[in-house]
Amino acid sequence: MSVGIVGYGAYIPRRRIRLGEIAAVWGADAAAYERGLELHEKSVPGADEDTITMSVTAARRALARAGIDPLSIGAVYVGSESHPYAVKPSGTVVAEALGATPAVHCADLEFACKAGSEGMFIAAALVKSGEVTHALAVGADTSQGAPGDALEYSAAAGAAAYIFGAANLVATLDAQVSFMTDTPDFWRREYMHYPRHAGRFTGEPAYFKTTFGAARMLLEKTGLQPKDFAHAVFHQPNGKFPMRAGKQLGFTQEQLETGWLSPWLGNTYSGASPIGLTAVLDKARPGDRIFMVSYGSGAGSDGFVWTVTDRIDEVRDAAPRTRDQLDNGKMYVTYGVYAKLRGKIRMGE
Amino acid sequence: MRDVAIVGIGLSRWGEVWDASLRTLWTEAALAALDDAGIDHVDSITVGSMAPGLFVGQEHLGGLLAGELGMAGVPATRVESACASGGVALRTGFAEIAAGLADIVLATGVEKMTDVSGDDCTAALAAAADAELEVFHGATFPALYAMMARVHMARWGTTREQLAMVAVKNHRHGSLNPHAQFRQQITVKDVLSSAKVADPLNILDCSPITDGAAAVVLADMETARKLAHGRPLIRIAGVGQASDHIALQSRPDMAAIPATTAAAQRAFKMAGKTPADVHVAEVHDCFTIAEIMVLEALGLCPAGEGGRQAESGRTALGGALPVNPSGGLKSKGHPVGATGVAQAVEIVTQLRGAAGKRQVANARVGLTQNMGGTGASTVVHILEVAP
Amino acid sequence: MSTLNPARTAREYPARYRLEAARCEACGAVSFPARLVCPACRGRKFAAVTLAPEGKVLTWTVIHVGPPSHKHDVPYALAVIELGGGVRVTCQIADVDPAKVEAGMAVKLEFRRIQQDGEAGVIAYGHKAVPA
Repeated sequence: MSVGIVGYGAYIPRRRIRLGEIAAVWGADAAAYERGLELHEKSVPGADEDTITMSVTAARRALARAGIDPLSIGAVYVGSESHPYAVKPSGTVVAEALGATPAVHCADLEFACKAGSEGMFIAAALVKSGEVTHALAVGADTSQGAPGDALEYSAAAGAAAYIFGAANLVATLDAQVSFMTDTPDFWRREYMHYPRHAGRFTGEPAYFKTTFGAARMLLEKTGLQPKDFAHAVFHQPNGKFPMRAGKQLGFTQEQLETGWLSPWLGNTYSGASPIGLTAVLDKARPGDRIFMVSYGSGAGSDGFVWTVTDRIDEVRDAAPRTRDQLDNGKMYVTYGVYAKLRGKIRMGE
Repeated sequence: MRDVAIVGIGLSRWGEVWDASLRTLWTEAALAALDDAGIDHVDSITVGSMAPGLFVGQEHLGGLLAGELGMAGVPATRVESACASGGVALRTGFAEIAAGLADIVLATGVEKMTDVSGDDCTAALAAAADAELEVFHGATFPALYAMMARVHMARWGTTREQLAMVAVKNHRHGSLNPHAQFRQQITVKDVLSSAKVADPLNILDCSPITDGAAAVVLADMETARKLAHGRPLIRIAGVGQASDHIALQSRPDMAAIPATTAAAQRAFKMAGKTPADVHVAEVHDCFTIAEIMVLEALGLCPAGEGGRQAESGRTALGGALPVNPSGGLKSKGHPVGATGVAQAVEIVTQLRGAAGKRQVANARVGLTQNMGGTGASTVVHILEVAP
Repeated sequence: MSTLNPARTAREYPARYRLEAARCEACGAVSFPARLVCPACRGRKFAAVTLAPEGKVLTWTVIHVGPPSHKHDVPYALAVIELGGGVRVTCQIADVDPAKVEAGMAVKLEFRRIQQDGEAGVIAYGHKAVPA
């Protein structure tokens, strides 16, 4: 049977901080950072926002496009590296808020930046097995970068939610693969506040090797070539990596552009390629084929091929579009406010 | 129903009383009232206190305080109605005598607010609002009254300056009251430039945190006549109490206080009087906007005219209807549970002609209005010099 | 404080999480949260309804001195919002310049973190209004 996406939704917080604002505090060359990373500003969550709140809003938007009864959702997976609770799944709150409980299988996922696509992989497979009618997968993060570290310029916040099913699809899932090796490029030890990364080791031997690995598996499995796709979405830790990966694989600027949000959004970690996909779905036409490869440090990549159906035109506007959220209603904050919102200031007891 | 009179009044030390506990303050006020009445025995005690459990970890005040006064054995009842606890303690005492359950009742109120941090004090006071609908979402008392003020200002054109004038008037009165917590005079400019609390209310629009206790001795009229000692006999001519939904959002008109209106109607009816008969009033100015709205709700001025009362001088000492000659909650202070009883202490003082520099000339009928929360409970008493 | 007690928090999910309310079968008045007695007509039979999140600002204030639970969030806007069917809620208005709030402003309720019991205790979620 055909399985795929029945509804999708994204949530991007309104606040932004410009890279120059961060660079000024640490005495860094803002222009160089912006050029080097191809990043200009990133999203900042409010004090009242976290992975759970963003997941709920994104999931409600997916539900609005799906038009299904929440009680028919049989599984909820929230992938993040910033779950509010280390023990007590974010998915329990999401499922309760949606009114999907109690017949729900629920688990929180972690795999650095690919925890969101990981949930999508599992949700799709669960529907395919016939075990559930609908399965919800969310990728959301309010990721942290250590003060003054390179990651502070890109760590951002956002969420994307997908409801999978076997009927009334807006996009069919034609193939799914996963490529994974033990690659220590970026990690966070238990109880540590900030992650660590291995500098340049995060590039070729990690992001690119893994992304290309999954991409080749996907192209082999489907027998397709880059020119067969209307759009391609990659994990976007900065502005440069997804473009380089995509072009090296043979995709063009036009194919890559629609799902490329990081220069103005930052790296939303588990939300990254899933949010990119929502931006593509907002614009895609029926019949468009979409190539998607995520990446999560540690390291792994999930790959998907989607084909958009006619139904996309009916439901696209049932919820806010991703690009609108990215471009409009922005509230800029200073580094001081950013540090306060991100809990980087040592408070009194 | 028997007639009830007030035969003794007393106040404790009042303000930030660091060296007195709740029980000490209460006992001071109780003794002062007993001595003023010239008696040493009562049939019953009522105690109004909003949150002794939250402020000093002490419930069960009835039993505790009867013992402190050396009157263990006397029935003692603690009542609570947020900031109207004192008024309710007064009404409860009145009811016991009117019903014939007691001849002499010590009706009191007390609150000890400075044994906790400012934060804990705010949290304790917030318990008078709706915990789930309002406080959970980050509401504070000033915030709720600020929202009422905004509706009143939009509907009637009441101005920030008119609000400030209430505080200015009450501070002028307080400067004449040796017992007031804040005796300095202030200007409209002082109020408008004071620190913001909840738009449009600033810190000088808000009543302070105060420690204090107040007590009155109530007696049936026959007993009262024997205790008069040549002083005017002060009779409780009318009492009215009413409730309303706690949450401000539940009130169809958020610029009105229906519980105050209903309580006043009941009190005036019992007293056989109208608002025009009132010579002096002590009302619940927890915030400047509260006095404005209360005057309208009591029928002491037409709807929408509340802002003009202090502005025109009508409610100042020397005006046609002095309101809060004691300085009100704003200047005199607001030990929550004590306020309703302290208002009665002031009116009795006025009706006895013993108010010195803040005396309202020829005051024969006085009114007290005491309310809880954003007006979810109100008690109105009308007192008069008995013939 | 007790509003963050785990059992109490869970009990409030229908209202806090899902905006579930109760419509009086006798007079049609909607109570939110649900209750046992209709405040309008004292009726005791209700039908379950869910509130739509769209509404408008009736009155508001900007809080500059917050309660302990929101001390560091100041200044923030608190408002009485009117939802469909005349149902009112009191909540914060988030993601807005407090100085720009106006009576009648269109808002939508969105899922947000309302309070938390310190760094280690339960997180209480609910809804705040955001500009529509």
